[in-house]
Amino acid sequence: MYKVVTKRFLNDAKSICLFEIEAPLVARHAQAGQFVIFRLDEQGERVPVSVAGYDREKGTVSVMVQAAGKTTRMLHTVEQGDYISDFVGPLGKATEMEGLKKVCVVGGGVGCAIAYPIAKEMHARGIDVTFIGGFRSADIVILKDELKAASNKLIMCTDDGSYGEKGFTTVFLKQEIEANIAEGKPQFDRVIAIGPDIMMKFLADVTRPYGIKTIISLDPIMVDGTGMCGCCRVIVGGETKFACVDGPDFDAHEVDFDSLLKRAAFYKDEQDEAAKHICKITGGKRNG
Amino acid sequence: MANLKVNMSMTKNEMPEQDPVVRAGNFDEVALGYDAETAMKEAARCLDCKNSPCRTGCPVSVKIPRFLEKVRDGDFDAAYEIITSTNSLPAVCGRVCPQEKQCESKCVRGIKGESVGIGRLERFVADYHMAKEDKPEPVAPASNGHRIAVIGSGPAGLTCAGDLCKLGYDVTIFEAFHKSGGVLVYGIPQFRLPKEIVAAEIENLTKMGVKIVNNAIIGKSITVDELFDDGFEAVFIGSGAGLPQFLHIPGENLLGVYSANELLTRTNLMKAYRDDYDTPIKHFNRVAVVGAGNVAMDAARVSKRLGAEHVYIVYRRGADELPARKEEVEHAEAEGIEFKLLNNPCAIHGDEEGHVTGIECIKQELGEPDEKGRRKPVPVPDSNWVLDVDTVVIAIGTSPNPLIRNTTEGLTFTRKGGIEADEGGVTARPGVFAGGDAVTGSATVILAMGAGKAGAKSIDEYIRNKK
Repeated sequence: MYKVVTKRFLNDAKSICLFEIEAPLVARHAQAGQFVIFRLDEQGERVPVSVAGYDREKGTVSVMVQAAGKTTRMLHTVEQGDYISDFVGPLGKATEMEGLKKVCVVGGGVGCAIAYPIAKEMHARGIDVTFIGGFRSADIVILKDELKAASNKLIMCTDDGSYGEKGFTTVFLKQEIEANIAEGKPQFDRVIAIGPDIMMKFLADVTRPYGIKTIISLDPIMVDGTGMCGCCRVIVGGETKFACVDGPDFDAHEVDFDSLLKRAAFYKDEQDEAAKHICKITGGKRNG
Repeated sequence: MANLKVNMSMTKNEMPEQDPVVRAGNFDEVALGYDAETAMKEAARCLDCKNSPCRTGCPVSVKIPRFLEKVRDGDFDAAYEIITSTNSLPAVCGRVCPQEKQCESKCVRGIKGESVGIGRLERFVADYHMAKEDKPEPVAPASNGHRIAVIGSGPAGLTCAGDLCKLGYDVTIFEAFHKSGGVLVYGIPQFRLPKEIVAAEIENLTKMGVKIVNNAIIGKSITVDELFDDGFEAVFIGSGAGLPQFLHIPGENLLGVYSANELLTRTNLMKAYRDDYDTPIKHFNRVAVVGAGNVAMDAARVSKRLGAEHVYIVYRRGADELPARKEEVEHAEAEGIEFKLLNNPCAIHGDEEGHVTGIECIKQELGEPDEKGRRKPVPVPDSNWVLDVDTVVIAIGTSPNPLIRNTTEGLTFTRKGGIEADEGGVTARPGVFAGGDAVTGSATVILAMGAGKAGAKSIDEYIRNKK
């Protein structure tokens, strides 16, 4: 059993929540870009979620989880001091940072939670970080102060303009790339984009003509997370890769987004059905 | 001493089974086991041959004639003691060992008629013991103070841990999954090996003092080097062959193509077949399982139980070449699994949304025998046809997981990615031992147990010589 040491909602809408979990075996080697798999209880499914932070001394690992399906909504009902059944990792490869000088990190929605530790680590290593954070509206914006501290330049935007700039991340990424050219500044030697699959697809289209290497972090459906089931197959550069062990980071210009989007929706009917069966009396606590 | 009370019946006593039509709709155990009277009658068929050929067929050297003698006399407790003196997992072995290729293949009674039902009797004894209420608790042996790490809680790891524990070692098993048992819990289905039985066998080991750390992925959470830093004096790697192989044919990433590992893990470990568990599984209707080993039979029978109307085994060789145990093939056939033999899949077809609609096969005919004596399948020109299915399960084998390979210095590996180790499990790196599928690639539970046993013996020698 793994103790929830801290629980904190990260936005006004309470759609994204931080959980700091006591898990010394995970904290020992966790790095930005890796993920963990948690399971709520005996009946629970195994759900992958990115590492949002870690404290090796305390032996804790933080994750930031958006309530989307049944399991994540049930996780949101777990309180500080409670325990969850399983928390295993770190899984996947850490994000590559060696030799980078100037990077643009783009996060979309809860993707900012995954992008944040990467930006933070890069910033700490002296890499010039521009962070573009996009959200639907002001009520779901997260990590305002943290992202500011983890970047040299921060652009926050919302679809409706209710917080920061109005518009999509693609627009601001293109603007920043063009500005580097216009002002004769060094161009980004990498773009890291994390968010909904469709957003990453469009961001890849933005950077492609400029030839800027673009890395995206994928979270396809997984079961074990150790390369055992092959459920998380993605096609990259015409080859089948397992996101759990070969990724989760891949070159956006090589990823077959069509297959990715289809595979991600495979269990949509089952997910929708399951979400209808969250206990209305306990709000999602099982056996509670 | 020769058996003077031999039952000369030429055939094995039948073991009752669930009716095929009924069982194809449930996940309860298929074979129901002997009662005491039948067990005693069956055990009396043993001739107690002077040189016990049956024992030479057993990878963990169970003292077969001795335990059969006790069963014949109705002393089931004594029989249990004899079996468990060399085998830590009798209830498992009694169910999933290919006895017909091992102990029973050497049985003299099998020369004329059927061999003694050794597997069925081992199962009976283990189940008798498990069901007994006033049995003594397993006793933890006196500790010798040496700490050993075992990676993986599958058949190799559990056997190695059990044997070392009996010798007084302080053993800790590291298991990547939340539940212990390895392939016994994620791979072999409930109807062939109930998970309660695996759990009970593991509980026996933990009562003896074996510690198990779940959710610990060696190579990710901890490295082998860190295990030594943490004070373990030797490490046994029994991490299995977890990496699924695919066919590398067009359409393999369509929706509805599963590896057997995924289908079985979702169903067995994550209990997708039960309404009270959250892990989803698709309600498919027509399933093609590619491959014809034991795992393929398991995948086919699981698919049937999940409600598929038609389940096909698609295999490129013929009926005489089926690699699965005879009993598994018979069970599958009885449950209505349809065999499409001499067919080699060449593509998977899908609709516009990316869902599987069929599997294209080329018919094969058998050519000349290869070096192993198996007749090689040769494609029949222009014989392509499409089998109409909505789901394809790839069950053509697994290879060792690279996690330990990529993070451990000093080991050497085979071309197929297995850890190089000798028959005693000794690897290129002092203090590191390995056995089971991690070394051989996918094989059987009992061979992995044999390797775990050999590894325990080698570790004991290594520690003694170190002193």
